[in-house]
Amino acid sequence: MQIESEPQGQAPGVQEQGRATGRTYLVGLFYAVILTLASFWAASTNFIYAPGVPVLLAVLAIAQMGVHLVFFLHISSAPDQTNNFLALAFGTFVVGLVVFGSMIIMSNLNHAMMPMDELMRMQR
Amino acid sequence: MSVVDPTASTPGFVPLSRRGPAPIQAVVGYGFWLFLLSDIIIFAALFATYAVLSGETNGGPPGATLFDKTHVFIETACLLLSSVTCGFASLAVQRRDKVFAYLWMVATFILGALFLHLEWSEFAVMVASGNAPSRSAFLSAFFTLVGTHGLHVTIGLTALAVMLLQIETLGFSQKVRGRFYCFSLFWHALDIVWIGVFTIVYLGAR
Amino acid sequence: MLGKLTWSAVPFDQPIIMITSGVIALVLFAILALVTVKGWWPYLWREWITSVDHKRIGVMYVLLALVMLVRGFADAIMMRSQLALAAGGAQGYLPPEHYDQIFSAHGTIMIFFVAMPIVIGLMNFAVPLQLGIRDVAFPVLNNVSFWLTAAGVLLVNLSLFVGEFARTGWLGYPPLSEIAYSPGVGVDYYLWSLQISGLGTLLSGINLTTTILKLRARGMGYMRMPVFCWTALASNLLIVAAFPVLTATFAMLLLDRYCGFHFFTNDAGGNPMMYINLIWIWGHPEVYILILPAFGVFSEVVATFAGKPLFGYRSMVMATMVICVLSFVVWLHHFFTMGAGANVNAFFGMMTMIIAVPTGVKVFNWLFTLYGGRIRFTVPVYWTLGFMVTFVIGGMTGVLMAIPPADFVLHNSLFLIAHFHNTAIGGVLFGAMAGYTYWFPKAFGFKLDERLGKAVFWCWFIGFYLAFMPLYVLGLLGATRRMQHYPDAHWQPLMLVALAGAVLILCGIGLTVVQLVHSIRTREQRRDRTGDPWNGRTLEWSIPSPPPAWNFAQLPRIESNDAYWAMKQGAHGVEPPAAHSHAPLHLPPSNPTGVLLAFFSVVLGFALIWHIWWMAIIGLLGAVAVGLVQAWRPDHEVVIPADQIAAFYGRQAAEEIAA
Repeated sequence: MQIESEPQGQAPGVQEQGRATGRTYLVGLFYAVILTLASFWAASTNFIYAPGVPVLLAVLAIAQMGVHLVFFLHISSAPDQTNNFLALAFGTFVVGLVVFGSMIIMSNLNHAMMPMDELMRMQR
Repeated sequence: MSVVDPTASTPGFVPLSRRGPAPIQAVVGYGFWLFLLSDIIIFAALFATYAVLSGETNGGPPGATLFDKTHVFIETACLLLSSVTCGFASLAVQRRDKVFAYLWMVATFILGALFLHLEWSEFAVMVASGNAPSRSAFLSAFFTLVGTHGLHVTIGLTALAVMLLQIETLGFSQKVRGRFYCFSLFWHALDIVWIGVFTIVYLGAR
Repeated sequence: MLGKLTWSAVPFDQPIIMITSGVIALVLFAILALVTVKGWWPYLWREWITSVDHKRIGVMYVLLALVMLVRGFADAIMMRSQLALAAGGAQGYLPPEHYDQIFSAHGTIMIFFVAMPIVIGLMNFAVPLQLGIRDVAFPVLNNVSFWLTAAGVLLVNLSLFVGEFARTGWLGYPPLSEIAYSPGVGVDYYLWSLQISGLGTLLSGINLTTTILKLRARGMGYMRMPVFCWTALASNLLIVAAFPVLTATFAMLLLDRYCGFHFFTNDAGGNPMMYINLIWIWGHPEVYILILPAFGVFSEVVATFAGKPLFGYRSMVMATMVICVLSFVVWLHHFFTMGAGANVNAFFGMMTMIIAVPTGVKVFNWLFTLYGGRIRFTVPVYWTLGFMVTFVIGGMTGVLMAIPPADFVLHNSLFLIAHFHNTAIGGVLFGAMAGYTYWFPKAFGFKLDERLGKAVFWCWFIGFYLAFMPLYVLGLLGATRRMQHYPDAHWQPLMLVALAGAVLILCGIGLTVVQLVHSIRTREQRRDRTGDPWNGRTLEWSIPSPPPAWNFAQLPRIESNDAYWAMKQGAHGVEPPAAHSHAPLHLPPSNPTGVLLAFFSVVLGFALIWHIWWMAIIGLLGAVAVGLVQAWRPDHEVVIPADQIAAFYGRQAAEEIAA
């Protein structure tokens, strides 16, 4: 009764109902191909309102990352995957902070202070 | 191996966290998972730098005129397919099916090498046309971000070759299977990083 | 053939450096000769250098840190004496280019090679024991981490004799650290030694995080872990998340310096501010990487010596994890003055003040634990009480500087220097000393001398206040950091007081050595045969001291918090962990991978610093070869037979009865 699954959860990519199958990878490939094609189409078409393109690209990229995580890396929110999921969430939090924090801070700095090379060009 | 719902108040239910040390595979897998996260954070710093510096072309051509989207599409296809062949290889390794393991590993290697070749030729063209990394902050950031990914692919290919030799010499021992599993995590993670690269660097280029 | 390396790299004309080098060389030679003559090499190689035992590795980390503390302190007292002399028109005895190297080396060494190794060493030693397991998750990797840190230490110390060290401050801000303004090898020494040791730290962080999350004794759910393990978890999570940013940032600066890239240069679109932004994304979590384990030590000490369970265990855990997350959103307060707008400054100022709240929660928890307890005033308690007073002052001056307008006045002044020494000494160092005294009997089986320990404490405590309170005043008067001399002779009396404080701290360091030597010589009188000299509460005290290689013959089973205390109280009838029917144990054998990797990374680093490309290739290939050999190393384990284990516990029991 006591031990029904491994203590301390499972390694990422190891699923509780046995292992992944070839089908999982093919389904993942199918979604990934569609999303990739959509990304490349969105970047080169005039069909979409231009300022919306970066947003669409971001959505498609995040969706594809999700597809890869689920179908190739087999990350899920199952109880024995809690540690992996939390680590992933923490990592995503830090990645977001590093990227968006830097962008906000640096654009703010550049707005308030002229970047050094422009300053030097002016002095020349 | 069925899983008990942790919210169940079954008498005698012990939460996962109180069941003692995890088996070795779970420990190794988790350690490697953390390593991958730290690797992704290296990329995050490089992405941040690229985002901040991508406009600083120092009078040189901007990304939109430098990059060839068809080229990038083929690179993306190579890497995506190699992710799937790597998945098939890891299934074969789990089955201890030597023939198919080798077959899919070689396929992964070829696709990865093709990707590297394409990337390298792109770099060579850019450098030859005077757009070397020392040209501007934008190009420094571009070459470093994409090049770091390429370096990871190179390391991955080396690891793949080592894995082939390991299976050949040590067989499908538990340790070797665990290492192949770590390699496959690494390879899939590189593909995820590449999604960021082609979206932000190539498709997002202005 | 030898790149930039010529005889002129050795500073023969500088007597201070040459004498220091000579003395260090002589001491090293004497130690090596002694070891050789006594024939200790095989023992050292087998039992320490290649050991994968977390306890031994922890001890080696702490030893490394104590040695480097002497080196870092030598720099400190040189700075203090220079500033005591160089008032008015005087220039003191250290020329500016040397002084710049000294303050850069002092900061670099104290953070990376004193504070980091001592904290990692304590975690390495205590965490697996507290979790009730036999070793960390990856024992060989643990050894590799240690030796990579040691490789960084070796490179930093080499810079003293061969070439020079950076003159750019401890974080190497560009554009000064770019090749155009620092063409020498100093910055390269700085960058490569920190890249190598940083890799070691990252691997150690992964290792300990995995250990804490995946390997705990049966029954030890998250809310039953000792608080030190929680703080270690938070600290190592921060290592895993923050150190990669440092690696990437340094890599970009290296590309600038070696390959003419333009990340942080003034020209071609580079932006030095990006470096400052990135380095502090690492730098602020780093502060908490150091202080959180110290908080953990104080929590253990307070609960043990008050004889009470820790007050507010859950709030302590929550506070730790909140600090872990918040520490990632305050980094801009290190560069308020560098031109960000009011909105950004205000956000980071507020976040900085908010992070003081969980810290305050902790202080109150410690106070309430002490309240009503039967406190035994041992040396660790002295350090803890000293910490609480000192750290609160340091924290409050920190909150002062979190207000952007105030920071515009105080930025880069000696007030800032006083503030972070107030937290680094009053927090990290006091915590490290408390932990060192607290776990010493566990590591070696005898207690350190109490009277000398208290003398050490008073020297540090009074010395700290003498050395740094004047700096607060000087900072408010307008004295800046990193100045080699100053025109205003009115500052001199305060500088002299600060020097007196540094001399008192020197006495403290000297007395630490005396205490260690004296305690070793009188170890038979101070031997602890129970394994539980402090009447402890957590699992490390349930096993003999020093613990056997296997820690626990049978892995313990936990029913509550303060597991060992509960066992001693006989609650729930828990069986003692070292039950006496033994099965043979399998342990990982010692492994030379770490020390060989460190050797080749020193070769690689040295070659890259001096542009000796053939040697760099040898270093790189050597490191790869070591890795490949490790990949094919056969999987044998050391088996400890049951009767040997039984004999060990039999001997322990006999000694305990005899005592």
